[in-house]
Amino acid sequence: MMKVLMKGNEALSEAAIRSGATLYFGYPITPQNEVGEYMSRRLPTIPGGAYIQAETEVAAINMVYGAVSTGRRALTTSSSPGVSLMMEGISYLAGAELPAVIVNIMRGGPGLGNINPEQADYFQAVKGGGHGSYRLTVLSPSSVQEMADLVVLAFDLADKYRNPVMVIADGNLGQMMEPVELAESYPNDHDRSSWALTGAKGRENHTITSIFLEADEMEAHVHHLYAKYAEIEKAEVRYEEYMTEDADVVLVAYGIVSRVVRTAVEQLREQGIKAGMVRPITLWPFPKAVLQELAQRARFFLSCEMSMGQMVEDVMLAVNGQRPVYFYGRCGGHVPTPAEIVAEVKKRV
Amino acid sequence: MQKVFERPKSLNEKPFHYCPGCGHGIVHRMLAEAIDELGLHDRTVLISPVGCSVFAYWYFNTDNVQAAHGRAPAVGTGLKRANPDSIVISYQGDGDLASSGTAEIIHAAARGENFTVIFINNAIYGMTGGQMAPTTLVGQTSSTSPYGRDPKFAGHPLHVSELLATLKAPRYIERTSLNNVVNLTRTKRAIKKALDLQQKGEGFTFVEVLAMCPTNWGVDPSEAVDWMESSLMPEYPIGVFRDARPGEAKS
Repeated sequence: MMKVLMKGNEALSEAAIRSGATLYFGYPITPQNEVGEYMSRRLPTIPGGAYIQAETEVAAINMVYGAVSTGRRALTTSSSPGVSLMMEGISYLAGAELPAVIVNIMRGGPGLGNINPEQADYFQAVKGGGHGSYRLTVLSPSSVQEMADLVVLAFDLADKYRNPVMVIADGNLGQMMEPVELAESYPNDHDRSSWALTGAKGRENHTITSIFLEADEMEAHVHHLYAKYAEIEKAEVRYEEYMTEDADVVLVAYGIVSRVVRTAVEQLREQGIKAGMVRPITLWPFPKAVLQELAQRARFFLSCEMSMGQMVEDVMLAVNGQRPVYFYGRCGGHVPTPAEIVAEVKKRV
Repeated sequence: MQKVFERPKSLNEKPFHYCPGCGHGIVHRMLAEAIDELGLHDRTVLISPVGCSVFAYWYFNTDNVQAAHGRAPAVGTGLKRANPDSIVISYQGDGDLASSGTAEIIHAAARGENFTVIFINNAIYGMTGGQMAPTTLVGQTSSTSPYGRDPKFAGHPLHVSELLATLKAPRYIERTSLNNVVNLTRTKRAIKKALDLQQKGEGFTFVEVLAMCPTNWGVDPSEAVDWMESSLMPEYPIGVFRDARPGEAKS
């Protein structure tokens, strides 16, 4: 395999195509426009491929709902305000147990905000955003290579559990260029024959729905969903640890911030402070166990984010009062610097 | 003895949940007959909307998908683009299609998506209990226009067939009515024609059916037909609004 230089948005697009997602539905919004542009070039040249510039993000997510109902893979991408518009459809996808992949290249907010990178849609992705009792599997890349790799994983997990997966990446990751290695193709061999809408020929008809009028039926359906989510929590937690073996101070960061924190950890070590980092790759399921274990010996935790503090609440839940959990964040498009994070740690040592 | 009348094969045996005198049961039957007659059962995916026909999938033994309010044409777009060999039917009411889903229906029509929309227009919200719809007539009372729809505050009804007929892409647009036997026959013919055009890959097809809702109009089923003829049909003239390939002048 050869390494090629790609933008994060392009890498995720090509990875989706090579995972068999040759249907794309989206609406222009910065900073993720490269995805739609890439797909509009590539997909019409692929047999069975289709690119549609939807009238709205609301329509885009519902086109995905229809497309994945047939058992094919489909992708939609957007950025924060557009993802807000998709929340209705995402709740329906989860309720109807459809395997879709949604990528959010996060920008500044609230409201129209700006087109600079932020990580302030963590709550929306991880805690709900749409209505009702449901969970999304949420993945967070921290490099252009991972933009591709985690989109491949997203399609696999979506199919494996018949549940939508959201990849959230700050705007930096969409825009920056790095070398990427891609396989010629990725597996796309899940058996969807028991539910996909391919026409009721020689079999019972299939129905995809999320409405359950009777209280007993509705409760049973939600319990079924949550049993599935429990399996995901058991089997799919992913994270990276960096210099945590002897860490007194554990920094927690994801996305572009984790790369800054890595440098900060090295600088702190040079100054004699035993720092380490946990980088969640799955934001849901959240890597609780590793934080609980580190809480046995670390002195405190510091969650670093490009928001006013969202993931920090999950760090607190994991640490469960055993150790202090602090927060440092920037927003508006500011990326915290290693120096800021070093200073923040030294304030507490 | 020869059997001359039977349940369409595309309908199962579940009794309809619709109110007495409602138009949905009639249109369900015609749609199932058209699917059977064209031999499309094995390829059909029916989209149920939000509204009284949210459970259309209870009755059709074709493949089914239930869509969010108003979004059926977007869902249909995804279904059809993913599987162009399927026959996609979006079955929607007037609250769903003409209010919540105006963007979706207009853009699916403008793209000339090759599927069929059956649009049931009864000038009111049925399932939620008789609220004013975008299609409610001026002066018509409803649970949210208790003094009659006042155009000063609530505007005028939306004429969806006429609106879509301004677009270049749609292949076939017809409005029919369920008020008498002649028009029932026309409705069935329109539905069958729409499905046949879709089968031939000719593009976007749209059949608007004026239907009665005695329950929410507050009348008995026979008075409902009278009101359709005296009030609804003058506002929404029946007829063919488009029957031409995109770019061909005839319409």
